[in-house]
Amino acid sequence: MEQPILEVKNISIDYPISIGTVEAVRNVSFSLKEGESIGFVGESGCGKSTLGLSLLRLLRPPGMVVGGQMLYHGTDLLSLKEEEMRKLRGNNIAMVFQNPLTSLDPLYSIEDQFFETLKEHNPQITRQEAVERAGKVLEDLSIDKDRLYEYPHQLSGGMRQRIMIGLGLILNPDLLIADEPTTSLDVIVEAGFIDLLARLKKEYNISLILISHNLGLVAEIADRIAVMYGGMIMEIGEAGDIFARPMHPYTEGLIGCVPNIKMDQEKLASMPGSPPDLVTPPAGCRFSPRCPKVMDICREKTPVLQDYKNGRKVACWLYNEAE
Amino acid sequence: MKGLLRYAITRILMTIPMLFILLTIVFLVLRVMPGDPVSAMLGAHAPERVIEEKKEELGLNKPIMVQYVNYLGQLARFDLGNSMVLKQRVSAPIKEKLPATIELTFWGMFFTLLIGVPLGAYAANKRRTGRDFGIRLYGNIAYCIPVYWMGLMLQLIFGVWLKWLPVAGRTSPRMLSSQFSKTGFYLFDTLLAGNLRAFNDVAVHLLLPSLTLGIVLSGIFVRLTRANMLDVLKSDYVLAARARGVSEKLVVYKHGLKNAFIPILTMLGLQFAILLAGAVLTETTFSWPGMGRLLMERIYLRDYPTVQGVIVVFALMVSVISLMVDLLYAAIDPRVKY
Ligand SMILES: Nc1ncnc2c1ncn2[C@@H]1O[C@H](COP(=O)(O)OP(=O)(O)OP(=O)(O)O)[C@@H](O)[C@H]1O
Ligand SMILES: [Mg+2]
Repeated sequence: MEQPILEVKNISIDYPISIGTVEAVRNVSFSLKEGESIGFVGESGCGKSTLGLSLLRLLRPPGMVVGGQMLYHGTDLLSLKEEEMRKLRGNNIAMVFQNPLTSLDPLYSIEDQFFETLKEHNPQITRQEAVERAGKVLEDLSIDKDRLYEYPHQLSGGMRQRIMIGLGLILNPDLLIADEPTTSLDVIVEAGFIDLLARLKKEYNISLILISHNLGLVAEIADRIAVMYGGMIMEIGEAGDIFARPMHPYTEGLIGCVPNIKMDQEKLASMPGSPPDLVTPPAGCRFSPRCPKVMDICREKTPVLQDYKNGRKVACWLYNEAE
Repeated sequence: MKGLLRYAITRILMTIPMLFILLTIVFLVLRVMPGDPVSAMLGAHAPERVIEEKKEELGLNKPIMVQYVNYLGQLARFDLGNSMVLKQRVSAPIKEKLPATIELTFWGMFFTLLIGVPLGAYAANKRRTGRDFGIRLYGNIAYCIPVYWMGLMLQLIFGVWLKWLPVAGRTSPRMLSSQFSKTGFYLFDTLLAGNLRAFNDVAVHLLLPSLTLGIVLSGIFVRLTRANMLDVLKSDYVLAARARGVSEKLVVYKHGLKNAFIPILTMLGLQFAILLAGAVLTETTFSWPGMGRLLMERIYLRDYPTVQGVIVVFALMVSVISLMVDLLYAAIDPRVKY
């Protein structure tokens, strides 16, 4: 079997703060094959962005990885020197962020920001070469070349988000992490953007990690889906399979939340209860206080991910007990 | 460009009402204050008749309203009038002293930024370390110290104890400024005359007063730069730049500092009035023959027109600086358009 492009093993991430430690990510493991795309879904605060940022070693302070390994083509990212890691950023692993409106430096033109990105990885490059390369990428994104000479504030949100993708792709990385790339776009732009992402993924031959709280959106593009809750993966498997046969009660709840034209506004509201406090997480399964099918054991012992059919993995006592 | 010109002109026109209000206040305060130019000149025991004659000569016997309207009429013709105590035009001492004050405030500002901005940026970059703590302590102390006290301390240390630097005046007594003085900006004049010995003399005289101003005002800029840098370094575009593999140095000093500089510039515009006030005090401490000393002297002599003239010039300087700050904005920030 070929080596996966990314293999994350038992990653745990903490934010030590004054009132305690936020256990933002706990024992997360997954792997990603070349050209594959995986979607991470879960409610706000479940640790999706934290996980994404940790892959670039760019956790916001005071965040730190407290355990596990992240193998990128077999090398552990956590063991790299800072300068080696810097060279990897953008060049091998790129990331697109949640908010396109604030992700471009307002004081520099688009061209400047492309040139800077290219130059930081290839000091010999001339401005003209940079402009040519940026122009090609923009063409792929159906953006007019003249936009290069504009400043972020002159561009619409959708345009800026496409430019962020362009900046992500300009160095030909083989892994792109897109953290809620569409949350600040309106629905129509969003649909177009997802199509664009799917197309680029093929053209540039990249693997994709797509982070979102919107299961329906992730399902459109991801081969596999990982459902996160309270810093842990609760269920992971083939996208279609998960949609058709959700096993974890939380996944079922999430699918119930996918907007549907026929639903009225009342029902659209998400599932009852609120995400757990990650400073003092609930004992046992972190979802147990909200789980409609909770059992005694759920409040005592934390379930671990178990393998099921079709490469599905679920962390839930419902199925463990059945064995 | 046309918008820019229109903006500049509007801004200049806007200073007129401000000047008007300021002058009205100064005009009234001067006349309400006990004492007047005549008794200041002739002493308290001059015969009544002489005093009355003098008052009439200066127009001080007319009602205040009339004096006021006359003065405004004069100003409208760009005429600051004559001194009431010396036989000179008001513009004469101002022309002579203004370059000294501009030189002092310019270098004061230079040291303020030279000390304040890099220290603040460095502290932000090294936040929560001993160095950060030390720099913040410096900032808070500098911010609290009164200008004259700082001036006295520097005079004591560098002038009296170490004997490195002169503590008063713009030049040594032996140095004749008439040899090089053309524009009144001595650093510039001495260079123009190619007189390096004089340049050196002028520079060492300038050092302590401008450093005094610089250190005292650097405090607020250390704090401001540090706070802004911390904010900017937390911003999404900084994270995004890092995620593209942009090196830490560029992230901090290209993206970080440039963005943090915008509010610093605002502060600079606002602080300029304080800088001028500081310059007045510094001039007194260092016997610096500038507008501040002139103002002090003429207030004692109750030389109404000269005091008013100095205030007008100060107000114009503040307006010019704030206009320049606005133009700098447009140069730095592409979002600003006039
Ligand atoms: N800089 C930080 N300091 C302290 N705690 C943090 C920090 N950043 C995130 N956290 C905490 O870590 C947990 C995970 O946050 P994260 O931003 O990864 O969630 P998310 O799934 O991306 O949520 P969202 O959908 O809102 O983006 C949250 O409980 C959050 O409060
Ligand atoms: Mg997030």
